[in-house]
This record gives sequence, structure tokens and C-alpha cells, in this order.
Amino acid sequence: MIAVRNITKIYGDKKVVDSVDLDIPKGKIIAFIGSNGAGKSTLISMICRTLKKDDGEVYIDDKELKDWKSNELSKRLSILKQSNFLNIRLTVRELVSFGRFPYSKGRLNDEDIRHIDKALEYMGLKELQNRYLDELSGGQRQMAYIAMVIAQDTEYIFLDEPLNNLDMKHSVKIMKVLKRLVGELGKTIMVVIHDINFVSCYADYVVAMKDGKIIKQGDTCQIIQSGVLYDIYGMNIDVQNYCGKNICLYYS
Amino acid sequence: MEYILKDKKSKKVIILLLLLDIMLIAAFLLPGLTPKNFHFFMPRRITKILAVIIVSYGIGYSSLIFQTVTNNHILTPSVMGLDSLYLFIQTFIIFVAGSQTLSQMIGYKHFIICVGLMIFAACILFLLLFRGSSKNVYFLILTGMIMGSLFNGMATFMQVLLDPNEFAVLQGRMFASFNNINSNLVGISILIIILVCIISVKDLPYLDVLLLGPENAISLGVDYKKLILKTLIICAVLVSVSTALVGPITFLGILIVNLARHMLGTYSHRSLSFGTTFLGILFLTGGLLVTERIFKFETTMSVIINFIGGIYFLYLMLKERKR
Repeated sequence: MIAVRNITKIYGDKKVVDSVDLDIPKGKIIAFIGSNGAGKSTLISMICRTLKKDDGEVYIDDKELKDWKSNELSKRLSILKQSNFLNIRLTVRELVSFGRFPYSKGRLNDEDIRHIDKALEYMGLKELQNRYLDELSGGQRQMAYIAMVIAQDTEYIFLDEPLNNLDMKHSVKIMKVLKRLVGELGKTIMVVIHDINFVSCYADYVVAMKDGKIIKQGDTCQIIQSGVLYDIYGMNIDVQNYCGKNICLYYS
Repeated sequence: MEYILKDKKSKKVIILLLLLDIMLIAAFLLPGLTPKNFHFFMPRRITKILAVIIVSYGIGYSSLIFQTVTNNHILTPSVMGLDSLYLFIQTFIIFVAGSQTLSQMIGYKHFIICVGLMIFAACILFLLLFRGSSKNVYFLILTGMIMGSLFNGMATFMQVLLDPNEFAVLQGRMFASFNNINSNLVGISILIIILVCIISVKDLPYLDVLLLGPENAISLGVDYKKLILKTLIICAVLVSVSTALVGPITFLGILIVNLARHMLGTYSHRSLSFGTTFLGILFLTGGLLVTERIFKFETTMSVIINFIGGIYFLYLMLKERKR
């Protein structure tokens, strides 16, 4: 499991993440919510070692980040960030093949190819596998990147705003795949999402951040409550129960 | 599957380039040989061809990996001011030590000091890059451009103050000239190139992953900072070797790396490192033939390479602007 102790990131004299402690439960979809600049992306970047932490420890399976070999860790934990600009032309299949790099070091064997095919199938990309990424829509490209992460076959998966700029159809498709990954393969998925209705409908556990600190965490139904959401976002959000789901109305 | 087909295509192109290289090298080595003059011509011509091969790999591979690290297809190590730095170090040594060292200019000692200082400079640039929270690669390039201009300016300043005789010696090694090869350095250069090959062959697949950007590369288990540092040091060594042998050839790197990428149609560093080296040999041997046999030494290689390379550079700029 992942345990975070006293982790801190400072830019200038501003503590973007301020002495955060967190134990991440296993086998769930965990949503990180909060306003822009609350420190969600910074926090998960530090847990995934893509950003250097200024203080504190991160234990992945009881071993501190610095004690892990980068290659070994990449078989346990993967991250996908928001912006993915490529300077080269790749096909969908080539991109997904990169997900096997921790295992194959660029020389794919039969098992790697099986994982690649499975990942493509999971994301429904079989027909598109030989298309170039720059010919695809934003949604399809995002699906391809998630397929790469699936091919990497790690127990822990971090996704930084995977629904950014996507339409409802792709968003729902991605959330359903994440749900399947947790249910069928027992993965633990940590995801930053801004649309709290997606959080309410798909996440199992919610971590809410404000000003670099975790102010609330708990099962989804405990967090998606008018009073709690007011503390997180500082605005009145009406929560209505509709067919067994809590739906937030924040448009007025 | 498509990427296997692509692999086959790039292999075909590489073999074709190799055959062309062998033909051109033969065209350079063999004409006009008689049993009488064999012992005079052959060693000189072979030295030139060896220098061509070393320089092709040095410039080609350093430009290739530098472009991967900076994620930009118009940059080469000369943008980072590495060859300016090398020339500055040379000028500085002549300036400080004066003509006594001129006799040692072609010696190993001087060369190794220069390479050492170059590696040192690459490490400093790396530290600048990763100091504090700014780990932006453009910061490095900006630093490099400013340092490059600074070294150029200081070198020019010292050259103006130099004794004309000393300046003449210096000038001889500042313009790429295969007639003026530092032949004493060919041996040690071959050794260095072979060492670099052995050290870097394991990095080739890691460099492929680097193309996905730093965050994806880290997520896939690449030790990002270590790889960048190693790549920059290798760049510094290779630039030193090729600049020491034949002087700076600014546009050759851009020319051969982008042409190789275009012709091979692959991102694989394994294929591209062969492609760039073979293209480099093609251009340089071709350049040698043109300067020696057609222009009869009336022009230098750098003029021809920079003419072709400069036009190609403009073409690339216009193409990138459209994107």
C-alpha cells in the first residue's frame, strides 16, 4: 500500500503542499478533489517521483521512494499527466508498446504482445491501432495513453485529470474502464477529477484538498454532502439523490 | 504488423546508405594509385577517411541525442555553445601560454585537458539546469546560447590580441579542413569513439522512451536526470573529438539527423544512429571528392557543408512554422 508522511513542496515561500499525511486504501478508485491550485497535482506528482519533494517520505509497499530502483518501481506504479505533447509520429500500437518498456527494455516478447493486445482491447482501440496519434481526436488520444498505462500493468495507477477536455461519451467510457480495472484486476487507481458528479458516480473514496492540506477524506457518500462540499469549495452546492446516486447541482 | 514493416524499410535504407558510402570511399581512395605512389597516397587518404568516419559518428550521434534531450528538431550541441567553448579553450591556452606550447598543440596532453574541461562544462550546465525548481530544458538552451556568445566574444577578443604567427596556427584549426587533420589525434579519437559506442549502446532504448516526455519516461522507469547528465557528457566528448580533428562544422548535425529521420521514418535511436553516421560519411566523403577533385582545393569543406546545411536549415524552419 501507499503511505505518505509529512510530505511538503515549497515554491518560493508558498507551501503548495503542506505537511500532508495520507494512507491510500487498496483496490479502490480514489478521487482527489479541490479547487485549482489546491495542490492535488503537486501531491500526486511527488508520490509518483516525477516531482522532487522538499520534505517528508512516501512509502510504496513499506519501502521509501529513494530505496526503490526506478525500473522496479515502474512495474508497481505508473502515472499519466495532463499534457502529452509529442514531437514524433507514433501509431497507437507503438505508443501502447512503450507501456511494456519496464519489462522488455524495447525488445518485445510474446507476453508483452499479449499485454499490448489486451490493453488495446480494454480501451476499444483495436480498429485504431495502426492509426497515427496526430490523426486522432483528443478523446481517442487520451484513450491511447490510458491503454499504454494499462499495458504497463502496475498495481497503482495515477491519472492526473484524465477527463480534461473530453466529451461526456469519452469521459464515461474512461471511468467505466477504470471501474473494470479495479473490479476485475484489483488495481488501485488514484485520479484527479474536477467534475464532482463523476466523482460521486464512480469513485469509492475521496480525498479533498484545500490550500495544500487534506481537509476531508472518506467514502464517497460521506464527502458528497452539501455541508462538506461547502468547506472544500467555498460555495453552496445542492446535493440531490437521483436513482440512488448523489448528484451535485452547482450551476446557479 | 506495421512497425515490423517500418523496421524493414529503415533497415533497407541503412544498407543502401552503407553501400553508397563504400562506393564513395572507394572512389576517394583508389583513383590514380600506382605501385610507386601507393605508399605516399594511401596512408594520407586513409587518415582522411578515418577522420570522416569519426566526425560523422561524433557529430551525428551527439546531434541526435541532443535533439532527443531537448525535444527539439532544430537544435544541435553547437546551439548550446559547446564548439564555441572548445575553440575558446584552445584560444585561451595559446593566449596564456604563448608560442612555447605551439609545438605541443597537436599532442595528447593538450587534447585531454580540453576534453576534460569540456566534460566539466557539461556538468556545470547540467547543475544549472536542475538547480532549484526549474528543471526546464529551455533554460539550459538559453544558458547555452548566452554562454556560447560569451565564449565566442572572448575568443575573438583574445585572437585580436594574439601575435599574427600564433593566430595563423589557431586559424588553421578553426576552419573545418580535412587537409589539416590533427593526424596525431586520430588514434586516440578512434579509442574514444569506440568507448562511447560501448557506453551508450545500452542507452538507446531508454532514449526512445525519453521521446514521450520526462514524466512518461520517469513513469516507465527511466532514471531521467542520470540519463540527461550522461547524454550531455557524451555530447561534450563527441563534440570535442570532432572539433579537435577537423574544426567546427555547424550545420552538418542538423542536416544529417533530420535527413536520417526523414529517410528512415522511425524514432528508434538504434536505427537512427546508424542512419546519421552513414549519411555523415556520405556527405563528408562527397564533400572531400568535390573540394579535392572538382574545385582543386580552391574552397574548404565547411563552405560546402554550411551552404547545403544552411539551405536545409531554412527549409526546416519554414516547415516547422507551418505546423
